[in-house]
Amino acid sequence: MRRRQWATLAAIAVVFGLALYVSLPGTPGLPFEVAGRDLSDLRFRQGLDLQGGLHVRFQASPPPGQQLQDGDMDAVKRIIENRVNALGVAEPLIQIEGDNRLIVELPGVDDPEEAIRVFRQTGQLLVINTGFDFIDEGTILPADPSQTVLRGRDLRDARVGFDSLGAPMIEFDLQPDAANRFQTYTASHLNEVLTITVDEVVISSARIEAAIRESGVIRGSFTADEARNVAIQLRYGALPVPLEVVETLSVRPTLGRESLELSLRAGVVGALLVLIFMVAFYRVPGLVAALALVVYASVVFAVFKLIPVTLTLSGLAGFILSVGVAVDANILIFERTREELRSGRAIRGAVESGFNRAWPSIRDSNISTLIICAVLFGFGSGGVRGFAVTLAIGVAVSMFSAITVSRNLLRLAITWPALTRPRLFGAGAPAGSEA
Amino acid sequence: MFAITSRRGWWYLLSLALLLPGVVALLTGGLKPGIDFTGGSLIQLRFDETVTQQAVQAAAVERGYPGATVQLTEDRGALVRTPPLDVEAKDALVSAIFDHVGPGQELSFSTIGPVVGAELTRAAAIGVAVASALILLYVMWAFRRMERPVVLGLAAIGALLHDALFLLGVFALLGHVIDVQVDALFVTAILTVIGFSVNDTIVVFDRIRENRQRHLRLPDAQRPDFEQTVNFSANQSLSRSLNTSLTALLVLLALIVLGGPTIRLFVVALAAGFMIGTYSSTFAASSALVSWDRRDVPRAWERFRSRLTLVR
Repeated sequence: MRRRQWATLAAIAVVFGLALYVSLPGTPGLPFEVAGRDLSDLRFRQGLDLQGGLHVRFQASPPPGQQLQDGDMDAVKRIIENRVNALGVAEPLIQIEGDNRLIVELPGVDDPEEAIRVFRQTGQLLVINTGFDFIDEGTILPADPSQTVLRGRDLRDARVGFDSLGAPMIEFDLQPDAANRFQTYTASHLNEVLTITVDEVVISSARIEAAIRESGVIRGSFTADEARNVAIQLRYGALPVPLEVVETLSVRPTLGRESLELSLRAGVVGALLVLIFMVAFYRVPGLVAALALVVYASVVFAVFKLIPVTLTLSGLAGFILSVGVAVDANILIFERTREELRSGRAIRGAVESGFNRAWPSIRDSNISTLIICAVLFGFGSGGVRGFAVTLAIGVAVSMFSAITVSRNLLRLAITWPALTRPRLFGAGAPAGSEA
Repeated sequence: MFAITSRRGWWYLLSLALLLPGVVALLTGGLKPGIDFTGGSLIQLRFDETVTQQAVQAAAVERGYPGATVQLTEDRGALVRTPPLDVEAKDALVSAIFDHVGPGQELSFSTIGPVVGAELTRAAAIGVAVASALILLYVMWAFRRMERPVVLGLAAIGALLHDALFLLGVFALLGHVIDVQVDALFVTAILTVIGFSVNDTIVVFDRIRENRQRHLRLPDAQRPDFEQTVNFSANQSLSRSLNTSLTALLVLLALIVLGGPTIRLFVVALAAGFMIGTYSSTFAASSALVSWDRRDVPRAWERFRSRLTLVR
């Protein structure tokens, strides 16, 4: 063993140790950030099919004659966000897809029907008298009928305007019957504060500066964009365009947990079968491959956690498959080594040329798998992508583990003379000796 | 050494026997697209007591879904497929089923609207086309330094089409027999199998290239002919091919037996693909190379024509 090889072995040990540290459940993580990602938070990300939850894809479907306007989807997103926050779900995902779709994912939700009902609610606009208190935007303010001055249906229109100093404000018009009521009310409540809520979330508080009849303004410290969003919420009370559900997936957490447990058990049993097979068939190198496979599995898991990859059921299948395929590189190498031994080469030379000659095959053959993974990732969605990501990571790491880990461990093993008999390499007697 | 290439007639016959039932099943509409492509709803239920398929089906029909199909799964489970439902309609259907058949719980529910289904179908078609084009380019690149790269490429493509057709056929048969429907994951399985099939073929052909280079340096008298080189190379990679697919099959088998029912068909498709892929690259693709070298097809055609002439 040369000094360089010892250094490589030490490096492998460090990588293995780090990977193990990162991949263990409940790890405290690493105390730094990489590219804006805080590595002290290394929880295992599970997809909806493993932890249960709800995935809904909405499509904006404007009624005939109405066009989808710029910013409508942003307004929809804000409103849905408010409603989701009211549900109290941990780590919801709400994102706009393309120009007329919205994806909502609520992991771990036990009662998907309830969640869908909440989305379906039309947003309830209320104008509430809050005495002399200004309420911060975003505060939850439960409806109180006795203090409610106006409701969404009283409003005729709302739009953004600018005062003489150029500050944005919201102008609104009332329905005729509401206008009379509102005039009487504001005349007798001057200087009190009116707070506007949508779905019980405060969007603005303003002082009554004068009696208001059929139209008025709301001033506040908002930018033109914020004013515009508030105007949209006022105008529509709810969503600027109706949403149509085009895709739903709901998985009960019980089923998710069951799937996770079954897959993990299958993965462990499968990996053990592979280990047993490798040791039984290839002896000493098989043992080395088995060790390399342990390193492989922990590195892959660590990569999943570091990126982070959200593991779905099919992603887990991709990872488990990659365990079976990861030994392929080892098998290619050991078969070569065996051939070299049979042709009468000394053990050290046989091992080295086994690695060198197998490398082009390993590289060329894995590229085709990576090409397929790239296509699957590009054109697939959901489970298909999960599978492509885990399989691609698995294949990439397996090349590292076969070439670096197996090779150096095997070099180490054959420095021990007792381990160098060809029989222990599954090669039988070298050609030319007895049978 | 195992005589692989000299038995090539048998391999072609075996391939034909493997592919023919599937092709017939495909042509008779056995491959049934699932809700991923057609749009629809899929409800997964689990009953407290054992139920019959007919009872669940009858309950769904009575509730107003004559087109509903019901499939029983293990652990007293059932999969109910209907046209796209919203949450209220689904709730009503599920409680109607529980009322009629017996109590249980709903495990999962998915709905794909027809629009999304059409999009998924398009994405799958484009994905398959792009994957095929990239694999074709890659194969040409991988074999660029060999003799007759075009022949090798064609053989590799032939092997992967063989594998894809087999897999389609198996699922068409399953569609006929137990009403299996194919989803987006099935397309994933086919593409993955194609990737590994090419992977396997490349390893075998790499061997042929290496041995051929070595053999060409030998004096004329000792030099094996092309067929001997191919046969020798196929034998050399046989043990690797078998062992590699064996380890992959070990983990896939563990997933089939121990993993849950949700992705079982996906794993079955992968396992079937790995098996056929190992066979096709070592036996069928190598044989095809030799057939080309020996001009099997033109010779067979000549024989056929001369026989025709005799008859005339």
